[in-house]
Amino acid sequence: MSRQTSRLDAKKVNSELLTLTYGALVSQMLKDNENPEDVNKQLERIGYNMGVRLIEDFLARTGSNRCLEMRETADKIQQAFRLYLNMQPSVSNWSNAGDEFSLVWEQCSLSEWVEMPNNGLKYCALIPGAIRGALQMVQLDVQCWFVQDQLKGDPVTELRVKYIKRLEDAVPAGED
Amino acid sequence: MADDIVFELLHSEIINYALHDPKGSKDGTVQEADLSIVEYIGFAAGYKIMERLTREWPRFKDELDTMKFICTDFWTCIYRKQIDNLRTNHQGVYVLHDNAFRFLTNFSNGQQYLEYAPRFVAYTCGLIRGGLANLCISSIVTAEVQSMPSCKFHIQVQRT
Repeated sequence: MSRQTSRLDAKKVNSELLTLTYGALVSQMLKDNENPEDVNKQLERIGYNMGVRLIEDFLARTGSNRCLEMRETADKIQQAFRLYLNMQPSVSNWSNAGDEFSLVWEQCSLSEWVEMPNNGLKYCALIPGAIRGALQMVQLDVQCWFVQDQLKGDPVTELRVKYIKRLEDAVPAGED
Repeated sequence: MADDIVFELLHSEIINYALHDPKGSKDGTVQEADLSIVEYIGFAAGYKIMERLTREWPRFKDELDTMKFICTDFWTCIYRKQIDNLRTNHQGVYVLHDNAFRFLTNFSNGQQYLEYAPRFVAYTCGLIRGGLANLCISSIVTAEVQSMPSCKFHIQVQRT
């Protein structure tokens, strides 16, 4: 074929396609469900499913060791953001006990070109879902929620992560 | 590239979402998967991405030129390879033949899981249709999988 293929930037196109596809999915969900709360729940579940599988890719790609405390975990999450969404959130607002922190970002590729009616939809609900799913696979039970959201008029987007408990390996059913 | 996997996971979750559509499963029966949602999501994404891709592009000479763009640049960006074979009858039917379609390569190499193949090509059908729609070509895009991971996309241009 005669055309040169290097005229489009494949990396950029791919991330744009991801953004647009996600947008199409969210708008389809809003069409299917009247209640934005339901959409939030479904997005969160989709994120969870993705996170459960994404953690394997992350561990394989980075060769990370087990994190012994939340500060390490926060570093890893930050690294994952850079790797998968090409963004660099800052980690801040540690609680005194060290079990709670915030991820703060100003730009997120997922929410590019998005304007939102104020109806309670959490557009990026995929991200907390993914974090929760991924951490569950390394035996960390966490809670994730948005404190601030740029799409709702806040200056930055702030995602709060709270450590709940360490999941223990359970004895398989019927073997006790 | 690392963000490829995010796209692939999102793609499979979209299919998952369409299969477990709360509207469809109300009566509790397992029914034929409704892939129109997947196709539509592809359409919407394709329509918008095409607008961005062709922004600084010279005007296409004709329909065939547009199809060539789809087969080379468009495909390379999204599926990491060019279409292996493009055929046309010069009357509005184009057949794009991909010997190793990205969304199918991980599944099988032959006949296994063939019945699930339509799920994984629906998004791409929509993507092509949406892209063409933005270039003022209205079309019907269908896919045919005979043996994974190769896949044929039939584009039928609608002339008025």
